[in-house]
Amino acid sequence: MILHQLIDFDTLRVIWWLLLGVLLTGFALTDGFDLGVGALIPFVGRNDVERRVAINTVGPVWEGNQVWFILGGGAIFAAWPPLYAVSFSGFYLAMFLVLAALILRPVGFKYRSKRDSAAWRSAWDWALFVGGFVPALIFGVAMGNVLQGVPFHLTDDLHSIYEGNLFGLLNPYALLAGVVSAAMLILHGGAWLSLKTEGQVAERARLYGSWAGMVAIVAYALAGLWLAFGVDGYAIVSQHVANGPSNPLYSEVSKGGSWFGAYASRPWIAIAPIAGFAGLAMAVLRLRAGKEGSPILWSSLGIIGIISSVGLTMFPFILPSSTDPNSSLTVWDSSSSHLTLFVMLVTSVIFVPIILAYTAWVYKVLWGKVTEGEVTGNSDTVY
Amino acid sequence: MEFGVVELSRLQFAMTAMYHFLFVPLTLGLSILVAIMETVYVMTNRPIWRQMTKFWGTLFGINFVLGVATGITMEFQFGMNWSYYSHYVGDIFGAPLAIEGLMAFFLEATFVGLFFFGWERMSKVAHLVVAWLVAIGSNFSALWILIANGWMQHPVGAEFNPMTMRMEMTSFFEVLFNEVAQAKFVHTVSAGYVTASVFVLGVSAWYMLKGRHIELARRSITVAASFGLASALSVVVLGDESGYDTTLNQKMKLAAIEAMWETEPAPAPFTLFGLPDQEARETHYAIKIPWAMGLIGTRSLTKPIAGIDQLVASAEERIRSGIIAYDALVQIRELRENSSTELKDQFEAHSDDLGFAFLLKRYVDDPRQATEDQIMQAANDTVPTVWPIFWAFRFMVALGFGFIGTMTYFFFMASFKGMRFPRPALYLAVIMIPTPWIAAELGWFVAEFGRQPWTVDGVLPTALSVSSLGVTDLMLTLLGFVAFYTVLFIVEMGLMIKYIRKGPYMDVEETDNWTARHEHRLRTHDGNLPFSEAPAE
Repeated sequence: MILHQLIDFDTLRVIWWLLLGVLLTGFALTDGFDLGVGALIPFVGRNDVERRVAINTVGPVWEGNQVWFILGGGAIFAAWPPLYAVSFSGFYLAMFLVLAALILRPVGFKYRSKRDSAAWRSAWDWALFVGGFVPALIFGVAMGNVLQGVPFHLTDDLHSIYEGNLFGLLNPYALLAGVVSAAMLILHGGAWLSLKTEGQVAERARLYGSWAGMVAIVAYALAGLWLAFGVDGYAIVSQHVANGPSNPLYSEVSKGGSWFGAYASRPWIAIAPIAGFAGLAMAVLRLRAGKEGSPILWSSLGIIGIISSVGLTMFPFILPSSTDPNSSLTVWDSSSSHLTLFVMLVTSVIFVPIILAYTAWVYKVLWGKVTEGEVTGNSDTVY
Repeated sequence: MEFGVVELSRLQFAMTAMYHFLFVPLTLGLSILVAIMETVYVMTNRPIWRQMTKFWGTLFGINFVLGVATGITMEFQFGMNWSYYSHYVGDIFGAPLAIEGLMAFFLEATFVGLFFFGWERMSKVAHLVVAWLVAIGSNFSALWILIANGWMQHPVGAEFNPMTMRMEMTSFFEVLFNEVAQAKFVHTVSAGYVTASVFVLGVSAWYMLKGRHIELARRSITVAASFGLASALSVVVLGDESGYDTTLNQKMKLAAIEAMWETEPAPAPFTLFGLPDQEARETHYAIKIPWAMGLIGTRSLTKPIAGIDQLVASAEERIRSGIIAYDALVQIRELRENSSTELKDQFEAHSDDLGFAFLLKRYVDDPRQATEDQIMQAANDTVPTVWPIFWAFRFMVALGFGFIGTMTYFFFMASFKGMRFPRPALYLAVIMIPTPWIAAELGWFVAEFGRQPWTVDGVLPTALSVSSLGVTDLMLTLLGFVAFYTVLFIVEMGLMIKYIRKGPYMDVEETDNWTARHEHRLRTHDGNLPFSEAPAE
């Protein structure tokens, strides 16, 4: 097959770097409000019916939303195998915790209201809280670690050896990044509830959501300052070949200097953090003004801005190594082969629009607020 | 067996995969059965079929959610516990997994919510389309997963790239249309259909025994028995197709299934029963059916089937050839672009056997330093432990024929005998509920344990595929999974039983009124109502 020669290898790599961002953002925007709602359940719902209202706002859609995450994992495996191999085995116990939380969550949604016992339901409410909060936190912690570089090296035959442990991941900068991510997704969840519920639940969601938004703004600013002055950046120092073989060991990387050098060489990327701040701030203001529809749009903008700011700041790095910088994974040396990237691109170009279309249709069918009457009146069909 | 990182990783994978597959077959089959029931509802407008759709749909939902949840574990596990595998074959293996997400999983997961929540929000036909999309999504999902798995059994369309130290895709179409993957796909989804049919049949039989929900039960039995009969036939026939492909591509697995130590003269006999003895390399007390294996395996009277001893000898040759490839590889890695053409040719000539040199890594760091003894040991390692494969296969096949028998009987009784099932038959149907799961797990065991010592047949040994982790890490996650999965299993079974006991609880009034109005339609050909009196003992 020679069709794949139509698109240069290095172009495909950049496209797949972008698509990785699109998938992560798609996950944060859709599954993000599920996670946020999960973390808010015990606080916005003071009784069983209120909690069921909150749960049923995500009840019909969480399964589809979660696929963004699964697809993200699959796309990393297919398009960036070294990244998949190094990060999943390196962040071993953290991954296990995310996994446990993500298993708990679907089960919680589905099973919570299938028994009447108050203890049963309360246990699942807390399971949903953990299932929402823990992944939201850990995703940020992972980002924080990636920005600092991760202690791993690759052997000559490209075995990945990880030199850190779970507690090494929980360093102050990473935890700060975790706060950004958790607060941002709770804001997003609050904005969703503001749109999909009414009365007390919506009011509490707006209140707690806007608090979370303020925390996110402060934490994001702090994390940015800390990154500028306290975290070492990475740079490729060898002559790099953008369309060479995917072997991270073929390039030389230096540690030192600041990630913020990227803003000097590519000033336009400042648009990402600006969008991040603006989105969060407007979401908070709109929530406090009691608006229903607009906060979710603003919080979405904020999430897009924050995730892009991380990616654009680090480009072309994907996963720097703190202990052996030459092992660092970059866009130019840790992708799949030319053919695989092309095949996957064709598949994505065909299927992503279809997915977006039917997802939009499903949301349209489900449009409207979830009310207490609807929940109590249809106990057979809703959660 | 000593429990190091490799053994613990294998144990964890086997455990979580087999657990995942407790939920998958029912999802595959029940999604279709439910869609069939809803189709009947939309075509006939009879409320009882909507009630059936909702009732079996509820059980489908309880099962589906754990299938989804435990599926995430599978995706994580390759990266977490098998990171060298992920690096080494991710270029090929990752693609079908990602396409599964794009093409299939998104479809089923997006619409499954609408299936449960959308009854009042859309037209009947639109809801029916949603039900079918869920079923199609689930089944497509299986297709892509089996394309990935099929590649591990029979790695086509890929070659080793010395610059990146991994396998890279050379032809997507070869990966896609891998004959092993296609045969496994149809065999696996048929097994799912049998599972769901046996489940629906068993639960309905239980209602009949209890004298409850007779109308729902008899219609469900009709659907389950006809669908189940077709599926049971297909699972056996297509299992045979799978066996035929194994003959062509995985000779060692076939020899292990047959416990065939020496090459038998064609056409080879099929060993019905025997006690395989790995040490002595013979099968004691063997009862053989002449010709059968030659006919099934090669579809000819003249082609021989290779025995284990012969396959070990060929493995030894390939190890020696692999060492030459390994030697070239090490030099190419040093010289990179400056490698001479002769060196590259040397590698090309032997690169198909590179994986066999990696078998030596268990005994020596540098395969080039291997002693004669070590080469012999590595060659012997290519033989999986025979007796579990031998027996698992035979139990699976016996169960498969059992399903054909059961389904034929119920189909016959439902179609021609006015549904007058004797009580022992109904009891049998209830007792049979767990058996398709047993058959499915045995099938996976034969396929995956039979593939050892490889993760990718002939390409990458299992022992080399693992992550660089400590035993403690693996013990922690293993114990975590055991505890967590046990709780989930208890919760799931509890809910399943609760909802089966509860019976159909939706649209009750409408359905009962309709049933009362249309009682005359329910009379069987002899003019009696089914179960108007207690069924014959």
